[in-house]
Amino acid sequence: MTQMSTHYPDATRIEPVNRHTLAIVVDNEPGVLARIAGLFSGRGYNIESLTVTETEHEAHISRITIVTTGTDSIIEQIKSQLERLVPVHRVVDLTLSGDAVERELCLVKVVGKGDHRVEAMRLASAFGARTMDATLTSFVYELTGTTEEVERFIKLMTAVGLVEVSRTGVAAMARGAEGM
Amino acid sequence: MSEMMNGAEMVIRALQDQGVEHIFGYPGGAVLPIYDALFHQDKVQHILVRHEQGAVHAAEGYARSSGKVGVVLVTSGPGATNAVTGLADAMMDSIPIVCITGQVPTHLIGSDAFQECDTVGITRHCTKHNYLVKSIEDLPRILHEAFYVASNGRPGPVVVDLPKDIQFKTGIYARPVNNQHKTYRPTVKGDMDKIRAAIDLMASAKRPVFYTGGGVINSGPHAAALLRELVRLTGFPITSTLMGLGAYPASDPQFLGMLGMHGTYEANLAMHECDVMINIGARFDDRITGRLDAFSPYSKRIHVDIDPSSINKTVKVDIPIVGDCAHVLEDMVRLWRQSAPQVDKVALKEWHEKIDGWRARKCLAYRPSTETIKPQYAVQRLYELTKGRETYVTTEVGQHQMWAAQYFKFEDPNRWMTSGGLGTMGYGLPAAIGAQLANPKALVVDIAGEASILMNMQEMSTAVQYRLPVKIFILNNEYMGMVRQWQELLHGGRYSQSYSESLPDFVKLAEAYGGVGMRCDNPGDLDAAITEMINVDRPVIFDCIVDKTENCFPMIPSGKAHNEMLLNDYLGETGTDIGSVIDEKGKMLV
Repeated sequence: MTQMSTHYPDATRIEPVNRHTLAIVVDNEPGVLARIAGLFSGRGYNIESLTVTETEHEAHISRITIVTTGTDSIIEQIKSQLERLVPVHRVVDLTLSGDAVERELCLVKVVGKGDHRVEAMRLASAFGARTMDATLTSFVYELTGTTEEVERFIKLMTAVGLVEVSRTGVAAMARGAEGM
Repeated sequence: MSEMMNGAEMVIRALQDQGVEHIFGYPGGAVLPIYDALFHQDKVQHILVRHEQGAVHAAEGYARSSGKVGVVLVTSGPGATNAVTGLADAMMDSIPIVCITGQVPTHLIGSDAFQECDTVGITRHCTKHNYLVKSIEDLPRILHEAFYVASNGRPGPVVVDLPKDIQFKTGIYARPVNNQHKTYRPTVKGDMDKIRAAIDLMASAKRPVFYTGGGVINSGPHAAALLRELVRLTGFPITSTLMGLGAYPASDPQFLGMLGMHGTYEANLAMHECDVMINIGARFDDRITGRLDAFSPYSKRIHVDIDPSSINKTVKVDIPIVGDCAHVLEDMVRLWRQSAPQVDKVALKEWHEKIDGWRARKCLAYRPSTETIKPQYAVQRLYELTKGRETYVTTEVGQHQMWAAQYFKFEDPNRWMTSGGLGTMGYGLPAAIGAQLANPKALVVDIAGEASILMNMQEMSTAVQYRLPVKIFILNNEYMGMVRQWQELLHGGRYSQSYSESLPDFVKLAEAYGGVGMRCDNPGDLDAAITEMINVDRPVIFDCIVDKTENCFPMIPSGKAHNEMLLNDYLGETGTDIGSVIDEKGKMLV
């Protein structure tokens, strides 16, 4: 009680910031994504990646996967705030519920000739990337993997003529027999 | 019971089926079909306001004084944007509102059509939920769902944006078997293990305090009755937030008064020194906690809230209970009775004595005057002279609001309506209109400031039109008083733009509207004037000329803790240079 110098809670309580992957099941109705994205921006939370598509067409249910960062209490607050939204059915923190499968897909375009081109092919095959398009001077590779693998792949490809990247962001699912 | 009708007729039918008797609105191009449907019936009475913001505040006053859902009908574009302040206000204070907005025809949406705006986009963050109706088949479900969502769980405003072509389309209207949303099911029943743990903690408390809020009011009169029972059973002291006043009778000796920035000395110190805090339906707002890292340092905390996101948001609690206040209180009362716990009588007695010591400081005392009317005195007299009546009080925002909260003693729930979360100047008059409509026989007083009242002054016209005898009691100090107070304390007395220049003559203004105008500037005449005001059966503007320099105390300065509060210097408790008490960081806060 002696250190009374600030009103702000975050200055006195230093908690570690962690990355969490949240799976959010929502009604696929107009504006639902704006509601969720708006909640993050309005309350000052981070979105590192976000993927969404309808997963049950008949029930009009979508699954949104968001990778976010924050202290434990902020992640807890994000979860509660999301659950407060009317079209949100469930929010599961896959990071908390154990080691989840997390994959993302990226497309990279590399342009080059000679040694660069050969090296690009070698690297692509070493990573197990698939060739989706090829011309005499370029390739488009597809790689599916963890965020870290994708990052590494892109970094290496930069050295051999990378000109364009497109990534999906993380799709994730808990391991084991139990469904969400 | 399904019938064919057009969308506009469905709106009115759904309102009738929901038992709505009054709606507040303003017509315009995009809602003309609904106004036409309104014309053909007399079950739902439409109250024509003078500005859409007034419509929402009136609906809030109606909802909060009656426990029903407030309903608003406004047109597209400016109608919707004018309603936004009211919606944000209802969102912050958890008031159930259904707001139907007109929209341009579906084929024109997105074309920047005349009076078009992205209503669902604009209102997404200031509503609990909103809908854009794109097909007539969805309309009946959405209308009923809107009422369910607005009033269940933590209440809030719901917008239904209805394009004009849908209003003309014909479809089948059927009232859904239940009004529920297909998936939205808020938890109302608290976890019994946690409630048991809470009772155990309460039983072992040596310095307990109840800290209750607007959630008790929202939960209904039953919740307030259960709260009274629990508080009396335990014998613990109780304090309330601004929004929760009236849930527990202010005249009861266990009641410590309001807590927070302008709360009482005894309430704030009890919060600071307590060992068990029982938060029921309050949300640890920053006006309550003051400096967070010094907030109630010795307490274990129980928090009952229907909204899980309120729990552990800013203040960590030990026993979180998600549920509706009435349900949880019922369980608490039952468990407490069953277990009849052995409380630490000695410790509790000491605690009450300590509190009585704080009380003896008389933090609400002020320097009386026979020359000028002190604003505190004005509110006290208003309270004394309206005691025993069925009185509803609304306020605007500022010093007068705090004085009303401090000096007007509320004995019952739903009698006090104020803009707590958003702090909306201009709330009080329209809210009074709504409250008067819901309680036609009651006395409804808007305790106002001369600056705030001008923000929605036009609603005087509404009051006159519908013969709603609301009493506007203006504490006129010719300043935006709270701004002036902060400028005095924080900005070296540089009163930048806070003087109310060119004020209208409020007596003549009242008369111009067709109401009654009164003025009083002498403490000796005040009682007679207030009595006269009460007895007039028409809308009154009472221009009460008060001391221009009076400040609102007690006050926890920004960035300070509950035990660092400033008292009125009348009792010689503080020095003169209040500005020096607030540090640089505190000045950055609001």
